[in-house]
Amino acid sequence: MSIADSTATVARRGFSSPLYKVLKGLIAGLFSIAITMVGLLFVTFIIARVMPVDPVLAVVGERASQEIYEAAYKAMGLDQPLYVQFLLFLKQVVMGDFGMSTLTARPVVEDIARVFPATLELATLATIAGVGIGVPMGVWAAVNEGRWQDQLIRLVGLFGYSMPIFWFGLMGLLIFYGILGWVGGPGRMEIYYEDIVPVVSGMILIDSLIAGEIEIFWNAVNHIILPASILGYYSIAYISRMTRSFMLEQFSQEYITTARVKGVSETAVIWRHALPNVMIPLITVIALSYANLLEGSVLTEIIFSWPGLGNYITNALLSADMNAVMGGTVVVGAIFVGLNLFSDFMYKVVDPRAR
Amino acid sequence: MTTAPVKSNVPARSGLRAWLSSDAPVSRGHARVVQLYQGWQKLYDNKLAFLGFLIILGLVLMAIFAPLLATAEPNAQDLSKRLLAPGAPGHLLGTDELGRDIWSRLVYGSRITLLIVGIVAFTAPVFGLLIGTVAGYLGGWVDQVLMRLVDIFLAFPRLVLALAFVAAIGAGIESAIIAISLTAWPPYARIARAETLTIRNADYISAVRLQGAGVMHIIVGHVWPLCLSSIIVRVTLDMAGIILTAAGLGFLGLGAQPPEPEWGAMISAGRKFVLDQWWVAAMPGMAIFIVSLGFNLLGDGLRDILDPKKSQS
Repeated sequence: MSIADSTATVARRGFSSPLYKVLKGLIAGLFSIAITMVGLLFVTFIIARVMPVDPVLAVVGERASQEIYEAAYKAMGLDQPLYVQFLLFLKQVVMGDFGMSTLTARPVVEDIARVFPATLELATLATIAGVGIGVPMGVWAAVNEGRWQDQLIRLVGLFGYSMPIFWFGLMGLLIFYGILGWVGGPGRMEIYYEDIVPVVSGMILIDSLIAGEIEIFWNAVNHIILPASILGYYSIAYISRMTRSFMLEQFSQEYITTARVKGVSETAVIWRHALPNVMIPLITVIALSYANLLEGSVLTEIIFSWPGLGNYITNALLSADMNAVMGGTVVVGAIFVGLNLFSDFMYKVVDPRAR
Repeated sequence: MTTAPVKSNVPARSGLRAWLSSDAPVSRGHARVVQLYQGWQKLYDNKLAFLGFLIILGLVLMAIFAPLLATAEPNAQDLSKRLLAPGAPGHLLGTDELGRDIWSRLVYGSRITLLIVGIVAFTAPVFGLLIGTVAGYLGGWVDQVLMRLVDIFLAFPRLVLALAFVAAIGAGIESAIIAISLTAWPPYARIARAETLTIRNADYISAVRLQGAGVMHIIVGHVWPLCLSSIIVRVTLDMAGIILTAAGLGFLGLGAQPPEPEWGAMISAGRKFVLDQWWVAAMPGMAIFIVSLGFNLLGDGLRDILDPKKSQS
């Protein structure tokens, strides 16, 4: 409320300072995020209530007596009207409590804290590949518009958009693990290495280095390389395509013609003049692709038995563990909203015109 | 929607060709046909898009003539012939773990794929169009509320939302169709709203309004036609995504139920012995890949043809 108050005072004094504008934008942004988050929670809540699963039975078990059942029914607040139940749920979420998972018998928050780093590790590597390879590829395609290089990159992208990711992963496992034996199989590392490294960040590549377990580190690299490459391929397909179209847009601008007429070298035109202007919309694209990887790698995680967020939510759904599903979905939604906000912010940092 | 002037360097043609490529249409119907013919020629000239068109045509024909193309009953089991390799006599693509002919199952599976894509590609855009145009045309609080709703649905990961819906209403093809439609409409609403905002203050809309047309009449009769071309492009590009989501749901056991020959479910069944009998999982995956590639190629080409503004991207 303090932010709102201060804006009001600023407004009353009749300031039209940049600070006022920033605050106003911030409040509008926060308000719309709050609405979106409440809506997200509401949809999840409704889905959970529509589920043909008795949440009480899931807690007390099928052999519980009628009294125990009714006590649990009351304790869970199910005798209250739906909107009261929703408000209670909201209150819990705000306090960071998603309840217990019936599947793992642990608090959902703890579960998510355990599985999320695995997803983060995978998505980050894939995004690094996507930016590192996708951006230069897109630039290359734009520079050679209409020629064979452009067609080739277009095809690479279209292949990525057309491949069912679970099948791609399966075939990757068949070829590189089953036939060639170059990479490790499903999972994050060999079973006999598990639970040796103390958990610091939750990301095995980092934790094993901290613990000085080089052998485990290489084993983990061996296991992550295939799923990360497969997710990375999708990221490359998306980012290169967007980079290409943004670059072409810049090439048609007059300042590029001016630079060329002045005699600026083609390399400088591409990398010093056009690319910085492309970086602005590209940040949004990269953030979006990162968000999609964080939330959308469900099928990849299942194929590679990767103990991440997508795997967790899917397992919870299939065994009707509604607290876990709601918790996971809320986290995913929050990531999405957060990354959107971050890209808006970066927009303003990079582009002076947007301030 | 402007008719591009026909290039003058095209040599004069006679007969039907001349009538089809005439730059002075004599009637409204003639003008439509000429426009269609020009589109067709552009499609034909774009080799990749035309390839995509052929693939989709092939899929449709396959679905229609499935009983003729299949060499066996899709669900006929023969345990003595289980897991035969591709090329085995009478089994072009081999057999699966129950001795069913994979080729025949793929052929019949095309019907399921086409059914899902067809229904989703109709319901989601129409719903999105309705929401988007109403929001854009009316503006004010209606716009605010509807666009918030769109934001909420966009904030969900598509597959997780579809998963949750299917889990809530029970697995099956119908649930998969409903779930995918529910997750697919928001982008259409966004596009339709953006288009409507540029149209709503046009003179011709004011003219219709002054003649006493009602809100829904204006939206459906005079705003929708102008939104259609960008929506169609988007639909074609989305079809591959719809196929992949449907296959993903099938793979997770939440779409079509066994023994139906749905491609995603077939991959899921073949997953168990992928290291030894690779073809059981590989073949349906190839089918999904080829069909979605077809839709992507066609969509890419259609974007150039229908949407000259964005032909660069």
